[in-house]
Amino acid sequence: MKFLSEFRDAGLAKGVVSQIHRRSKTPARFMEFCGGHTATILRYGIRQVLPATIEMLSGPGCPVCVTANADLDKAIALAQMPGVIVTTFGDMLKVPGSHSSLQKIKAEGADVRMVYSTMDAIHIAEENPSKRVVFLGIGFETTAPTVAASILYAEEKYLKNYYVLSTHKLCPPVIKALLASGEVNLDGLICPGHVSAVIGSRAWDFIARDYAIPCVVSGFEPLDVLQCVDMLVTQVEEGNSKVEIAYRRGVRPEGNPEALRLMHEVFEPCPAQWRGMGTIPDSGLKLRSTYQRFDAECAFDIDPGPTREPQGCICGDILRGVKTPLDCRLFGNNCTPEDPVGPCMVSSEGSCATYYLYGRNSGR
Amino acid sequence: MADRILLAHGSGGKLAHDLVQKMFVDVLGNPILAKLDDAAVFTASGRLAFTTDSYVVTPIFFPGGDIGKLAVCGTVNDLAMSGARPLYLSLSFIIEEGFPQKDLEKIVNSVKEATDEAGATIVTGDTKVVDQGSADGLYINTSGVGLIPEGVDVSGGNARPGDKVLLSGPIGDHGIAVMSKREGFSFSTKLESDCAPLNDMVADMLAASSNIHCLRDPTRGGLATTLNELAKQSEIKIIIEEERLPVRDEVLAACEMLGFDPLYVANEGKLVAVVAAPDAERVLNAIRKTRYGKEAVILGEVVEGDSGRVVMKTHLGATRIVDMLVGDLLPRIC
Amino acid sequence: MCLAIPALIESIKNEEADVDMGGITRRISLRLTPQAKVGDYVIVHTGYAINILDQHEARETLKLFEQLAKAAEEER
Repeated sequence: MKFLSEFRDAGLAKGVVSQIHRRSKTPARFMEFCGGHTATILRYGIRQVLPATIEMLSGPGCPVCVTANADLDKAIALAQMPGVIVTTFGDMLKVPGSHSSLQKIKAEGADVRMVYSTMDAIHIAEENPSKRVVFLGIGFETTAPTVAASILYAEEKYLKNYYVLSTHKLCPPVIKALLASGEVNLDGLICPGHVSAVIGSRAWDFIARDYAIPCVVSGFEPLDVLQCVDMLVTQVEEGNSKVEIAYRRGVRPEGNPEALRLMHEVFEPCPAQWRGMGTIPDSGLKLRSTYQRFDAECAFDIDPGPTREPQGCICGDILRGVKTPLDCRLFGNNCTPEDPVGPCMVSSEGSCATYYLYGRNSGR
Repeated sequence: MADRILLAHGSGGKLAHDLVQKMFVDVLGNPILAKLDDAAVFTASGRLAFTTDSYVVTPIFFPGGDIGKLAVCGTVNDLAMSGARPLYLSLSFIIEEGFPQKDLEKIVNSVKEATDEAGATIVTGDTKVVDQGSADGLYINTSGVGLIPEGVDVSGGNARPGDKVLLSGPIGDHGIAVMSKREGFSFSTKLESDCAPLNDMVADMLAASSNIHCLRDPTRGGLATTLNELAKQSEIKIIIEEERLPVRDEVLAACEMLGFDPLYVANEGKLVAVVAAPDAERVLNAIRKTRYGKEAVILGEVVEGDSGRVVMKTHLGATRIVDMLVGDLLPRIC
Repeated sequence: MCLAIPALIESIKNEEADVDMGGITRRISLRLTPQAKVGDYVIVHTGYAINILDQHEARETLKLFEQLAKAAEEER
């Protein structure tokens, strides 16, 4: 695949890996925020090729993992209402809520449909005028503009039966909260590539400025991540802390202004509940009052019932980077991909799922 | 004849008999089936292999085949994976009321073509019709009997350290071709299912070497699941190399778009062979000369230690575990 | 996170484009990248182009890797 396969080339990787080994002298702790980066690191065995001076930590950048039970319970309650079709990305189907999951209630007869795009959800709404179609909006700033665009499409088509349940979240506020908590000591941050494609690398300036932590925006192929680590190592060795872009083919300092404009037109920041981190102000997105008629929270009387958190689950600690999946006593015993207790195991980018799939027995 | 299947077609009366005669017997034409006795009677001596499978694929017609072709190839291939030459198949339909007869005709023609290619015969069958809303259109079950040549002993438990692991061609074609036609995935591709009978390939392989230890076709769950099954059954460890894994561009692109790993996507016309090292090249060449094996590779090997484990040497040269598929393959956005 | 892949724009109609992702094609929305043109590569996430891929930067990055790889070879 053009502009993808080349960035997996083993021969080209050798050069970057050599350079990292040559340059890295100071022990350094880097966090990859994004679940996609965790997946690349584990899938290609990147930890194995890095020098022992570098420690990699996984952060809370998995929108599925950080969705609170209460939010998922709302989606499940909606799907159980008569005349409602809940459309969702595949990621959310197996995530356990307080009592059930979307996949389980689908098996019990609820109309839950998986879609690849909000455009598919719009088509379902057009084809089922007597039903009310709710799209479960999850994801960070990469996805939120696409959901915003779908609402504008619905408006232009005079669709009266399309709604969005927004559980969208924003990245900079949660990283800020993480750093401000003082729980994690970092020497560098691998910044999310596609979120940055939308919000721009300038969105991370505050980290370099206020916390003196080097930041490099990375792509998702193994060469991208290696290049990013190389750039972070260089900053560490030179005593710098600035924001740089490694993923230059996909990210600009100003991001994608049109995507941002659409996102802010439809959504506004609101407090959001992050699993394991509590409520963080201005870290979520809700529909503006002008678009209230598309907001599932306003259009439906949702009664999700009492929220229940699973016993022994330390997804919250794992998401904050203070513990690893191997520290969890449920990992691999009561909590497995077939029978997940918490969302870190269900989401294919959750730390626990990626550790389970790739990381057992493979090096550090 | 009416142009849709009715409940009466499955109830054993005149309508049902007419259907069986015109739709099945006349098309599949062979003396055993034509007798229409309650059981097919035949003679066979030697070690027999016997297998059964049900087919519920959606959509019923997909690029490169349909449920009929799949039902024959799937069972023929299961027989072939024991080293058996396929002889006789049973063919049972469960049809949803209202199913178009034209479609049933197409499916039965596919069955005929596939059995002709495999050299197998349908000798018995059954038809049931169920209420509208059941059976997703049509389900098929096929069972098959095959004859294993003298001296052939192929089993998932026979792999030994030092053996080579061979793969007959690119992975993921079937799964992605079928998915491209399903609601919720929507992409276009020229990719076709690799659905094919592999018994001729196996016969050529067995002629090339008497040291083929295991044969398995990586269907649902993909190559990863099959390799794990072999590793567990034989209690050995398998190492494969990512650099050598054949994947078509279209499969790679679809997997990247949807967030799949090609190792877990279904195949219907591929096999994995575990062969004693000295014979590996010879068997590889034999596969490459066959119609469906031109892109065969030696993918990896069996090693000591870590019983039941499959690992892959990645593009970067590091190793990572390749586990079985858990649950379903679901597309993701993150 | 945010699975997104490069795709080549083959044709555009209104705000939608038919793109090729290396053998598979799909219709996507250009609503977030209205300035994209036929022949551009875009980065596609859930059926929308979220940015135009900078082909020059891509080539520069690959050149950099090639130089590093060559240097590493020569050191041996």
